[in-house]
Amino acid sequence: MSTYKIGVIGDKDTVLAFKSLGVDIFPAMDEKEAGSMLAQLAKQNYAVIFITEQLAKNMKERIDMYRSRMLPAITLIPSNRGSIGIGMQEVKKSVEKAIGVDILFEREGEE
Amino acid sequence: MLMRVNPTRMELTRLKKQLVTARRGHKLLKDKQDELIKKFIDMVKKNKELREEVERELESAFKSFTMARSQMPQEVLEESLMIPAARASIGISKANIMSVNVPKIEISSEEGGNIYSYGFAQTSVELDNAIGILAGMLPKMLRLSEIEKACQLMADEIEKTRRRVNALEYVMIPSLEETIKYITMKLDENERGNITRLMKIKEMVMNG
Repeated sequence: MSTYKIGVIGDKDTVLAFKSLGVDIFPAMDEKEAGSMLAQLAKQNYAVIFITEQLAKNMKERIDMYRSRMLPAITLIPSNRGSIGIGMQEVKKSVEKAIGVDILFEREGEE
Repeated sequence: MLMRVNPTRMELTRLKKQLVTARRGHKLLKDKQDELIKKFIDMVKKNKELREEVERELESAFKSFTMARSQMPQEVLEESLMIPAARASIGISKANIMSVNVPKIEISSEEGGNIYSYGFAQTSVELDNAIGILAGMLPKMLRLSEIEKACQLMADEIEKTRRRVNALEYVMIPSLEETIKYITMKLDENERGNITRLMKIKEMVMNG
C-alpha cells in the first residue's frame, strides 16, 4: 500500500476552506484551467480529486475520461454557492448505465 | 446466422463442443451479472445517502466559512490558513468485488490532534466552527469518493458483462445451433442420397 495525495480543484473561495485540512488546493478560474490542472493531477499521485460542481458542469467529457479507471477517483462537491445537483446526476448515470432504468430516483420525481 | 463451414462430421463435433462451452459460459456470466447487480444496488443506495449527507454538511460548513470571511479581513484569513496544521495523505489498497478491482481508501493524516492552524487571537468563532466541521467531514468525503468510484467501476463492469451475455445469448448460441442443424441435415441428405444410389446400383446388378 502506498501513500497518495488528495487534491481539491475549485474557485478560490471554496478551496480556501479546504486548505487547513492539509489537502492540496488548486484554485481555478474557469473550466479550461481546471481541465489542465486535472490532467496534471491525474498524472501525479493524486488518488482522490474533488472538483466543485460549478467547474465540473462544463468539463464533463474530461471527467468522464477517468470514469472507468481505478485511480484517480474524481468526486464532485458543491461549491460555496450551494449544490446544483450534478454530483447526484453522476450517481444517477451510474445506475442507468448498470441497470438500464433509473430505480433509485424515480420516486422523487426528478426530470 | 449461418456460419460458413464445411458440412463434415469433424466440423459437427467441433461445433457441438463449442456450443457446450458457449452455454456454460453464458450461464456463468449470467450468474455473475445477477450478483453484480445485486451488489451494485446495495452500494449505489449507500452512495446516494452518503452524497446527500455530504452535500448537506458541506453546505453548512461553507455557510460558517462565508460568515467567518465576512468578519475578518481577507489577508488575515488567508494568513491564518496558509500553513495547515496537518497533512492529509491517504493509502490506497485494492479490494475485489466480483472481479472488479475497486480502490479502498484509508486515511493516514499525520496530525497532532490540533486541526487549527492559527492562533485564536485574530480569528473569529465562525472560522473555528467551519474548520471544525470540515475536518470532521474529510473522512466522510473520502468514503464518498471511494464508494462512488466503486459504483462507477461496477456500472462499467455490469455493462460489459451484459454485452457479453447478450452476445452469447442472441448471436453466438443461436448461430451455433443453426449451423449444427444445417450440418446434420446436410449429412442426413448425403446419407439418403447414398442409400438411393446403392439401391439403384443393386437393382441394376440384379437385372443385368
